[in-house]
Amino acid sequence: MKNQWPLWEVFIRSQHGLAHRHVGSLHAPDATMAINNARDVYTRRNEGVSIWVVRSVDITASNPDDKAELFDPAQSKVYRHPTFFPMPEEVKGL
Amino acid sequence: MRTARCEYLLRFGDNALILSQRLGERCGKGPALEEDMALTNTALDLLGQARLWLSLAAEAAGDGADEDTLAYLRDDREFHNVLLVEQPNGGYADTLVRQFLFDAWASLALRQLLGSRDAAIAAIAEKAVKEVSYHLRRTSDLVVRLGDGTERSHALMQAALEALWPYHHELFIGDAVDAEMVAAGIGFEPASLRDAWLSYVREVLAEASLTMPAAGGWAPKGGKQGLHSEHLSRLLAEMQVLPRSHPGARW
Repeated sequence: MKNQWPLWEVFIRSQHGLAHRHVGSLHAPDATMAINNARDVYTRRNEGVSIWVVRSVDITASNPDDKAELFDPAQSKVYRHPTFFPMPEEVKGL
Repeated sequence: MRTARCEYLLRFGDNALILSQRLGERCGKGPALEEDMALTNTALDLLGQARLWLSLAAEAAGDGADEDTLAYLRDDREFHNVLLVEQPNGGYADTLVRQFLFDAWASLALRQLLGSRDAAIAAIAEKAVKEVSYHLRRTSDLVVRLGDGTERSHALMQAALEALWPYHHELFIGDAVDAEMVAAGIGFEPASLRDAWLSYVREVLAEASLTMPAAGGWAPKGGKQGLHSEHLSRLLAEMQVLPRSHPGARW
């Protein structure tokens, strides 16, 4: 549809201290209405304390065709995982 | 005979209930998915408020009524909502202007009730005022966008404003029930909200490049006392058909 409002990606932070997470997308003519619409579409069940909206066209995504060269080399490099360090009992929150 | 307090509660409850039912008629038919959900959210907020008001009214009536019998088993003459909220949805502009005029009033009215000497009323107002503040923010925003939008949207909004304007007068006309509630420190004098309402509405309409209709003119009233337009009984017929034809029906 030619007259469709532009698409926005919606990010919600569910509680203080956590990061915003992508929850979906919606249509809106501008940022103010995108926030209002996000409030009505994505926070009806008490999901959030903060909303970000970003125009979908402003997101640059990796190309699925590049999957092999981008991501395959990271496989089988177990030494990149911090699993070989014994952690002291006293250290909390890890 | 119901007390003035009971009738006062019914007025707030019926405003919320009838407007909620009107908005519910639009569910699934909004101009865009996002707008459809927003308007239906408003309807659900109002329904929640109606339940609180009507439960309290039922308690005050003390004649075995509950929120459901008050909603489903009263006839039109027993409803105490203002005429504005029972007006048909019309086009989208009409629905929106009706909501804007009401939200601007409800936001002021609920703020008055926050200071009510009646703790139960103040508690409902405290919950409702947050919802209504958002409704008003949203409808004001849309009135500006559509009033100041295209030539066509401007014309539709101006026409809706002219058509619904006469019904705002009733919001500010007090009667014996209002006077009794003011004297008891429970309620507020309706006329006292008028200046603040006019000044807010004037500001939004100016930003929307809409022309505020001239002062004076036709001022229908009577809804608060149970004298309604023909639209209410049709709305009630649809809203009440199930409980009336299948008394006691449950999910």
